[in-house]
Amino acid sequence: MTTVMEKKTETGRLVPGTPLLEVRDLHVEFKTRDGIAKAVNGVNYSVAAGETLAVLGESGSGKSVTAQTIMGILDMPPGRVASGEILFRGQDMLKMSGEERRQIRGQKIAMIFQDALSSLNPVLSVGYQLGEMFRVHRGASRKEAKAKAIELMDRVRIPAAAQRVGDYPHQFSGGMRQRIMIAMALALEPDLIIADEPTTALDVTVQAQVMDLLAELQAEYHMGLILITHDLGVVADVADKIAVMYAGRIVETAPVHQLYANPAHPYTKGLLRSIPRLDQKGEELYAIKGLPPNLLKVPAGCAFNPRCDAATDLCRTETPALHQVMDKDGAELAGRRSACHLWKETLHG
Amino acid sequence: MPDLIEKKKTEAVAVSAPEKPEKARSLGSDAWQELRRNPVFLLSAALILLLIVITIAPGLFTSVDPRAGDLRNHYLSKPSYGHLFQDDWFGYDGQGRSIYARVIYGARASIIVGTCVTAAVTVFGGLLGMLAGYFGGWVDTLLSRITDIFFGIPLLLGALVVLNAFTARTVWSVVFALVALGWTQMARVMRGSVITVKQADYVTAARALGAGTPRILFKHILPNAVAPVIVVATIALGGYIATEATLSFLGIGLQDPTISWGIDINSAQNVIRTAPHVLFFPAGMLSLTVLAFIMLGDAVRDALDPKLR
Repeated sequence: MTTVMEKKTETGRLVPGTPLLEVRDLHVEFKTRDGIAKAVNGVNYSVAAGETLAVLGESGSGKSVTAQTIMGILDMPPGRVASGEILFRGQDMLKMSGEERRQIRGQKIAMIFQDALSSLNPVLSVGYQLGEMFRVHRGASRKEAKAKAIELMDRVRIPAAAQRVGDYPHQFSGGMRQRIMIAMALALEPDLIIADEPTTALDVTVQAQVMDLLAELQAEYHMGLILITHDLGVVADVADKIAVMYAGRIVETAPVHQLYANPAHPYTKGLLRSIPRLDQKGEELYAIKGLPPNLLKVPAGCAFNPRCDAATDLCRTETPALHQVMDKDGAELAGRRSACHLWKETLHG
Repeated sequence: MPDLIEKKKTEAVAVSAPEKPEKARSLGSDAWQELRRNPVFLLSAALILLLIVITIAPGLFTSVDPRAGDLRNHYLSKPSYGHLFQDDWFGYDGQGRSIYARVIYGARASIIVGTCVTAAVTVFGGLLGMLAGYFGGWVDTLLSRITDIFFGIPLLLGALVVLNAFTARTVWSVVFALVALGWTQMARVMRGSVITVKQADYVTAARALGAGTPRILFKHILPNAVAPVIVVATIALGGYIATEATLSFLGIGLQDPTISWGIDINSAQNVIRTAPHVLFFPAGMLSLTVLAFIMLGDAVRDALDPKLR
């Protein structure tokens, strides 16, 4: 057990760049009636303080399962961590006791869920639910908890927080509910926040507000942020780096702007091509053919090969490793990897 | 320019915040609003309130000793309906005891059995059902099979057997027998309800924010799962009162000198042709009480179950 040296600023927050979380070769399986579904097959990623990692992928790509495993809220059974490590500040969370993990949840790592209405308890006031964080983890009194709740609601810019602290979730608009979820996640100033599609249930203008708020609070607290999404538009402005997942594997990682400018995996390329653009008016929108693979029967070789335009015989037999990506002169591009046999052709061709 | 952007932002925030001057309303207060306007609820609540007052202070309604028999007061003499609240208002029974006084004092057994059985059954059955539903797996299998075993015992037959084991039967032995056999219904309702609620996102969210199992169970799951149990319990209350009367009628429930409508109905059998009023008053009170609780249950169900609105 190694404890990573932690540098802190005067305010007690972690210095940006301090390593926080590292997922190493994580395998997660689900036992189903028809066999074992391998939802996560060897995922590696890391997040540092102040950094935003966007995990991108369509439904069933394993992005949410990875997040649930990190949080320790995966339903087990039927879920099972087959192998791998999840290091939080150097300690493997998968080896911790239930109580140790519970202490981390909410205090060190917090999560924002997709649908704020169903993620807030309908019979408890939002003030109670916000204050609960302080009562569970800090042993605060009812009165202190309420004061903290009002403070938090203020911080996520809910108007008239003091009057609305006793209101119930259904009395708030969608955007405000999501801000309350953010406030709950922020309550104990965790080091890392995992946001699982935080804006999917919101309309586009509110999405922007919520993302701005999240980015702003992250900058203030130097938190690490894992942003799980299937929406390429949402992550462009806020993420530092992106990991694209497909069928339980990471197929490409890259700093955000490089990925948008020049993808090194045919899947990423396809995703980017299928975003509608104004200058394409009247043209048919590109779509990746086929469907995501059945996790009980992942195709041999590269899981993407049946849908890939460039697939060769090699792609159908051999699973590609996550190759380091290099530029035309053969120099390594920092942080860029692609799990494609043909990454050179994809990137430069 | 930055100011302008900032201003726009706050405006946008303000627009998305609808003004809600009204008081916060929860499921509970919503249900109360609904109940207050429901005449069925008002009627049943008034009746039940009256019964509770009778239970607590029967002396307010009659000054006659319900056990004092005076054979000069013959059961064949007609009730003096004009004598409101007098001891001969409802006439006399076969032993010359005031039927009015006995009807008043008889409420106590019924109400105590009804409320105590309901409370105990809800707590005990509800707790077992909650544990079975929440933990699932072998806990659920074990508890559910035990529930099934008890569920298979007919309530009346089971109560006959259990009560036979007591030499002196009091209100509490009847309560015990009914609780021992009646909790299965609540356990089943609660289990189903908890299974539905535990899959809700807010339960996962509470877990993700570090809440422990007791807090999740009692603060997040229970308040959301309890409504159907309350409904079933309220309706069942009337049933328990009727069952107590049935047991007492069969001579296996309460015994003299305890006063119970069931016992009085039993002794009225012999004189039913000559003096039907001896049967009519205790039986009528019993029906009215059971009806009041069942109506209350219906009203509560309508108020707590938004799907029925």
